[in-house]
Amino acid sequence: MSVQTWTYILVGVTFTLYIGIAIWSRAGSTKEFYVAGGGVSPWANGMATAADWMSAASFLSMAGIIAFAGYDGSVYLMGWTGGYVLLALLLAPYLRKFGKFTVPDFIGDRYYSKTARIVAVICALIVSFTYVAGQMRGVGVVFSRFLEVDINTGVIIGMVIVLFYAVLGGMKGITYTQVAQYCVLIFAFMVPAIFISIQMTGNPIPQLGMGSTLNDGSGMYLLEKLDGLSAELGFNDYTKGSKSIVDIFAITLALMVGTAGLPHVIVRFFTVKRVRDARKSAGLALLLIAILYTTAPAVAAFAKTNLIKTVSDKKYSEMPVWFKNWEKTGLLTFDDKNQDGKIQYVANKERNELKIDNDIMVLANPEIANLPAWVIALVAAGGLAAALSTAAGLLLVISSSVSHDLIKKVFSPGISDKGELWAARISASIAVVIAGYFGINPPGFVAAVVALAFGLAAASFFPAIVLGIFYKKMNREGAVTGMIVGMLLMLYYMMKFKFGMFGGGTSQEWWFGISPEGFGSVAMIANFIVSILVMRFTPEPPSDVQEIVEDIRIPSGAEEATGH
Amino acid sequence: MSEKQKKATAYWKVNLRYLIILLTIWFVGSYGAGILFKEALDTFQVGGFKVGFWFAQQGSIYMFVILIFVYVRLMNKLDKKFGYED
Repeated sequence: MSVQTWTYILVGVTFTLYIGIAIWSRAGSTKEFYVAGGGVSPWANGMATAADWMSAASFLSMAGIIAFAGYDGSVYLMGWTGGYVLLALLLAPYLRKFGKFTVPDFIGDRYYSKTARIVAVICALIVSFTYVAGQMRGVGVVFSRFLEVDINTGVIIGMVIVLFYAVLGGMKGITYTQVAQYCVLIFAFMVPAIFISIQMTGNPIPQLGMGSTLNDGSGMYLLEKLDGLSAELGFNDYTKGSKSIVDIFAITLALMVGTAGLPHVIVRFFTVKRVRDARKSAGLALLLIAILYTTAPAVAAFAKTNLIKTVSDKKYSEMPVWFKNWEKTGLLTFDDKNQDGKIQYVANKERNELKIDNDIMVLANPEIANLPAWVIALVAAGGLAAALSTAAGLLLVISSSVSHDLIKKVFSPGISDKGELWAARISASIAVVIAGYFGINPPGFVAAVVALAFGLAAASFFPAIVLGIFYKKMNREGAVTGMIVGMLLMLYYMMKFKFGMFGGGTSQEWWFGISPEGFGSVAMIANFIVSILVMRFTPEPPSDVQEIVEDIRIPSGAEEATGH
Repeated sequence: MSEKQKKATAYWKVNLRYLIILLTIWFVGSYGAGILFKEALDTFQVGGFKVGFWFAQQGSIYMFVILIFVYVRLMNKLDKKFGYED
């Protein structure tokens, strides 16, 4: 059977599964819609969190980025996992004890202020929209390559599916579809990785294969070979990288703290029953995420080695089928500058003839390694699962921000549960349409904006929540000023150095040598400092708020999450 | 201070101590081994891995998982000791 037939079968089967689960677990109340009724088991929540977290970026792009960046790619590996330690130790248990529906709920109540709530809602919306647009794009890319439909048709199919189960099922539907999606995506990621690891090193465990010797009779270690090949072509050593230590440090920190501050991740911990379950499910989520995250660098090393061996200095006319297939999508281009009919893939931009998009490494990898058709189709289904599960989680944050935090808590407090549920469904539908629009007409700065999403989460939510839990005297004035300063500082830096506003600037002019991607850590520190300074000169929080803080520090007696 | 309040304060202090110890390890294992001292650690090699590179792309992640489960265990015990488990 051909790759395309297999893809139709696998994508068809998995989509039917997701829809079936959505119908079975549809939400009947706002509580089911926002927090799945509050009785999700730690394992189910761990899997759902893992699927929620691992987006099209983790599944499709990350290994590709690492393949081209080498050691520099480590910022994503450490940054997108280390945040879970902060989440499990500093945030999740206390937010669960607090027992409300959303992150702005916590900020609004803890800082006894509508302004704080609205600032939090704005941050949540910006962060979630930037993210969701990227997911829809990922869906489109997979569809266009493997089912040979137009990218736009792909995006629309994805929209309809997500609309169906997010709007119908709310958090409850999303949780159980995400459990299924985790299984699909991890299977789809691991199968080709194991195949290739055996092929190249004889070791079936990719994490070990990466550190083993090659099968090709040379007896060389894989990484040693890759360092050598990279040097030969004029690139940096694969295991060395080119970014400065300060920048690597700052980016890793911004990604970690941003991860811990992302509302769609935090909200998952409102769905478990007890405080201890929140801690445990954070651990399980990271364990399940780590399976993919420790495999990805191995995949990156395998793919890069394979790629160089396949294309470097080889005749263009003798390239395998996958090469031509990807050329059609425009994600891989060859320009024979010196007209010798051979592919020169080198660091020197003047002489380099091959351009490869980061995003195709994972998708093309099984083809490059000549794996069977069903494995290639499986990767397509996995990529879709990763993109859809994250998109659904984000849409839920968007709809609850609007229906719960804005309509119910600010504009129309008298709304009935049923009315609020409808408001949630309608705002989810509108959000899907907007996300789809951005998926079809992606703003040119998607990648830049995703970095901004992490920076904003790091600069706004993280300090406000941590101080809210660990610093009883932190007050409204401090937290609100801190969030606003952190957010504006981040936006300013991003606009200046990414989009050339405010006079623009080159990398030589970066503050402290830190790139916009890593600036979230500076903005976060600024938030902490401003919050504490302002707090010193303003009245302390009322005693009932201080009692709330005392109460969330004690794990027992966690009531079920409520909106009241 | 009431008995109840004293108990809560004692519990919180132990919790903070756990947090400081675990987050120190968290920092050393990732930012330390994977970034700040990466160059130095890279002079050692285990199998095909330079040690600093291994920490950055593998070791730190394993460590994160272990740290969370250690915290889960410590806190479950602590909750029991103080009668805070549900």
